[in-house]
Order: sequence, then structure tokens, then C-alpha cells
Amino acid sequence: MTELAASRDGYGTALLSMSDDSKLVVLEADLGKSTKSCWFREKFPERTISCGIGEQNMMLVAAGLASSGFKPFASTFAIFTERAFEQVRNGICRPNLPVHICGSHGGTHTGTDGSSAQSIEDLAIYRSLPNMVVMHPSDDISTEILTSKLLDLKSPSYTRTARNKTPRIYTKGDSRIEIGKGVQLRDGSDVAIIACGVMVSKSLEAAELLSQKGIEAAVVDMHTIKPLDEELVKRLAAECKLIVTVEDHSVIGGLGGAVAEYLSENIPTRLRRVGVRDRFGESGQAEEMLELLNISTNDIINSVLEIKGMV
Amino acid sequence: MKIFVKFLQERIKGFTVKGEVFLMVLSRLNGLDDDDLVIELNEIARKCRVEIIKMVYRAQAGHPGGSLSEIDLLTALYSTQLRAKPDEPNWIDRDRFILSKGHASPGMYAILAEMGFIQHSDLESYRVLGGICQGHVDMKFTPGVDFSAGSLGMGLSFGIGCAIASKFDKSDRECYVMLGDGEIQEGAVWEAMMAAKHHELDNLNVILDCNRIQNDDFVESQMRMFNIADKWLSFGWNVKEIDGHNMYEIIEGMRWLKSNKDAPSVLIANTIKGKGVSYMENNPKFHGAAPNEEQYEIALKELGE
Repeated sequence: MTELAASRDGYGTALLSMSDDSKLVVLEADLGKSTKSCWFREKFPERTISCGIGEQNMMLVAAGLASSGFKPFASTFAIFTERAFEQVRNGICRPNLPVHICGSHGGTHTGTDGSSAQSIEDLAIYRSLPNMVVMHPSDDISTEILTSKLLDLKSPSYTRTARNKTPRIYTKGDSRIEIGKGVQLRDGSDVAIIACGVMVSKSLEAAELLSQKGIEAAVVDMHTIKPLDEELVKRLAAECKLIVTVEDHSVIGGLGGAVAEYLSENIPTRLRRVGVRDRFGESGQAEEMLELLNISTNDIINSVLEIKGMV
Repeated sequence: MKIFVKFLQERIKGFTVKGEVFLMVLSRLNGLDDDDLVIELNEIARKCRVEIIKMVYRAQAGHPGGSLSEIDLLTALYSTQLRAKPDEPNWIDRDRFILSKGHASPGMYAILAEMGFIQHSDLESYRVLGGICQGHVDMKFTPGVDFSAGSLGMGLSFGIGCAIASKFDKSDRECYVMLGDGEIQEGAVWEAMMAAKHHELDNLNVILDCNRIQNDDFVESQMRMFNIADKWLSFGWNVKEIDGHNMYEIIEGMRWLKSNKDAPSVLIANTIKGKGVSYMENNPKFHGAAPNEEQYEIALKELGE
């Protein structure tokens, strides 16, 4: 039986695991219980800074701390980090201050609040900022490992986590997980599926179903959107000839956008992007939302069949 | 009268590190009184005003109005208050100064040159490709600049981070942030005002350059602010209003900022945009415009060059 876990929990456990570093400080904007920074606050209230419902202020307080040698980790919902976009752009990325932002509840696979809380553009906007590292891990374990590695990063980062529990991909301490390195989870040479976040488990599921139809798909967890693991994309393009990207995010500017940009400039390859097609979501259960927005397991399968000319 | 001089001499007791900026001024004041200090500071400010005009004229771009309104305040801050070392600009225990109204950079560059953080010849690189004096102040380019500003309404939040860091480090370093009165129309400033009081940051000090003019026109016509002092008071800050061009009041104001140990403090300085150059004073046109050749000559003459 596959274990289920939410990637946001990995952020909470990572903060605790890094607590020995006296320069670590945690910032919250009234959503610590949701992003799981609350676990750190419980144990280390003196190193947890409440910024109230004020994300713009929070980002720059973090920048000020970073400029004084501290290692700030600031979290809120993915959608609300966007409210402080210009603060992040001008006050964090431009001076290249190592502030680490975590946006939880990213994408449409979230609660039933509806489109106001569904960030489908966060990966795109942060990817466009110089100096910024952008990640979207697939489970709690990889989130914990990647977040812990941020402690030594000298540049700012944005990590999107997810609210809901999805199948756990990794086992504790997996040594393959490095910032900027995709992880090949399944071998196959008929098509390569490159996914991130909650769509990684969906892609693995799709690959098993495709196997029953005689199609062997490679599946990659591309948890780091920027810098993109170009070597891996290049190898997959050479080996599989066909690539499908999968993300709970707009097809514009996210993982699909990054892969498309790389391929078209360097190794033109047939590509399908499974993602949100330039529209907003609405209220509904997470799985219903994937169906509505055509990013479900079936949509991944259909995209593969389509790119292989089988439908 | 030796109130200020004595205060400053008291402040430097126990400081063992040479090269801090206000020592340079004080070293010239031994045996002198407050009037001499004020004369000295006014002369520094006058020289800075000349440099401001030269920078903006050379670049044929930039923001003279707000630089001229802030320069008396910057002169007193750097000369009598700020613990910083020109030869070690990244000294971790320096007081931080954040020019949040980062477009008023000529004023900042002029005082940094006067205090020895940068060379006077560096001022020629203002707005020039490859130069260290960027159009808006930038911590990545200029020694002595603690924050990359230029987008309004960001410096106070950054200053909060610096002030909290100082507390975490159990340091006595202070954080000074200069805001403009147009700038505080940005909503994020009010988030920061709340947060500074919530965290009881008594080591955070704001100097508000109220020159009454913003980019398009007078502040009054763009967004009425009503009673600014009342607004800060209601957020729980210590508030004091001064004439931002009266050096006695400015020094006293700086002393007041330093002495407050219960809450964040704001020194509201009523200033004149373009102060010191007749045709620039109270003229919205010179918020962000350079003088032509004829105007340049007039400005230098009026500034005693």
C-alpha cells in the first residue's frame, strides 16, 4: 500500500531539522498552521517572526535579516507570495539576498476555496527573476531534503508545496535528490514524461497504464524548474524522441515552458504540455479540478497516445 | 553652549575603533561649542549641495529636488550619529542607514564622498555605464549603501529586518530609514509601521523628509495626507517634528532618536524641495529634472561656488 503524504509537511520537518543553525529564522504571515512553519514556532518561538497578514512587509523583513547574515525562511500560500512579487523582485532577487520563500497550497490540487487560492502562475513568475531558484517537489521527503539544502544556497529561492496528501515517492534520505537535478523514477524509451509536484505520482500512474498498452514511458521528477536540468532533458530527448511535460500549473512559463524553451533552441523534439490551458479553476474537490482542467491521469495518457500518433 | 558637543563627546566614550565617521567631525571640534558644530555641518551640507547639482547636471538626469531637501538631515546623521567605518563599509556592527527614497541618490552619494566611503571622483560615475553610482542607490554597487532601493515603500520593511537582526545578535547597532512624504502613500509602509511597533523595535528610527512634493505635483494634490504626525502616533511610534533645514533642530532631533528606548521613533522633518537653489525650491518640475547650462551656473553661484 502506497503511503500518502503532503509535501507541505516536508517543509515543516525541514525547518525543525535545521534548527541547530543559529542563523535560521522563520517568518510567517498568519498561515503558519497551513504551511507547517507552526511546528518550528512551537519549539523556537523566539526565532519565529510573525508578520501578520502582510506579505509585502514579510518579504522585505526577510531581506533585511538576510543582509545581516541571517538565513530567513518565509512562507505563506503560494498565491499570496505573488502579492509581494515586486518586493521579491526588487528587494530580494536584485541584491541577490538568500531569502527562501515557500508557497504552500500551490496549484489547483488544493482545498475547495476556488480560483482565488489556486496559484497556477507562481512557477512562471518566479522563474522569470534573475538569481532565483524555483522548485516544486513531489512529496514530503523530497521537500524536506531540498529545503534543508537551501541552508547553504547563496541566492534566493521559491519552493512551491502542496496542501493535499498524495502518494509518497521517495524513502527517507534518498541520495539522488539534489537542487537542480531531476530524478528519473521510471525507465522507458517510447516517451519521456517530465513532471513536477503532485503530478509526479499521476505520471507514474499513467506510465503503468500505458505499459499495459505496450508503451514504456520514462518518468522524471523535475522538482527544480530553475535551474533546469538541461543535461537530463537532452538525454531524454535523444533516447525517447517524444516528451510530455506534466504540471499543476499554467502551460505558460512553468515546467512545460522551461522544457519547451530549452528543446526548441537546442534539440527540437516533439512535445506535449499537460497543464492548465490559460484559464482559471473554480471550487471543487482536488481530483475533480484535475479532470476539469484536463490535467488528470487520463489526460496524461491521452497526451502520450496523441504524441505517438495512436489516437 | 556645548550641549551637542558634549553629547557627542559622551557618545564616543568607549569607542575604541578609529575611523568612524562622526569622529572625523568631532576631531575638529575639540574646545569648540555648538555654534561651531553647526557652522561645520552647514558647510558640509553646502559642499554636498554643490556635488548634487554637478552630478545631475553632468548626467542631465536624476533627482535634485529630493536630494537638496534631505541633505541637511543626511549631513547631521552621518556627522553626529551613524556608527560606520568608511574604510570598512561592511563592518557587521555598523549602524544601518537605508535611503528608502532611493531616487534621491545624489544626496546619498555626496555625503558618502564627503565622509570618505567613496571618492569624489566616483561621483562622476553617477548614471554612467559601469559606474558605482547607480541612478537609484544600490547595495551591490556602492560601498556604504545598505539597501538597493528605487522602488518606493520598501525601505522600512527592510529596516525592520535589520533591526530584528541587531536584536538577535544582541548588538547595540541602530537602524535608520529615510522615507519621503510622497513615498508613504505606498500601502506597504503602513504594514511596516504596524510590524515595527508589534515587535517593539526601539532600535529602528525613521527620518521622514516631508518636502511636500512628489513626481507629478504637490503631495496635497496627489493624495492628501492630513496630519502625518497623528498617523504615526496612532500606530504607537514616538514622534517629533522639526525644521529639516535648521541644523540645531536636526542635531537635537538625532539626539532624541538615539535616546528613545521604548518604541520605534520617527523624526518628521519639514523640508523644502530643492532647498538652496532658488528656482528649484518648491518647484515640482525639479523633482526629476536636470538644470540646463544657464540654470547650472546660477545654482553654483547661489551655493557659493
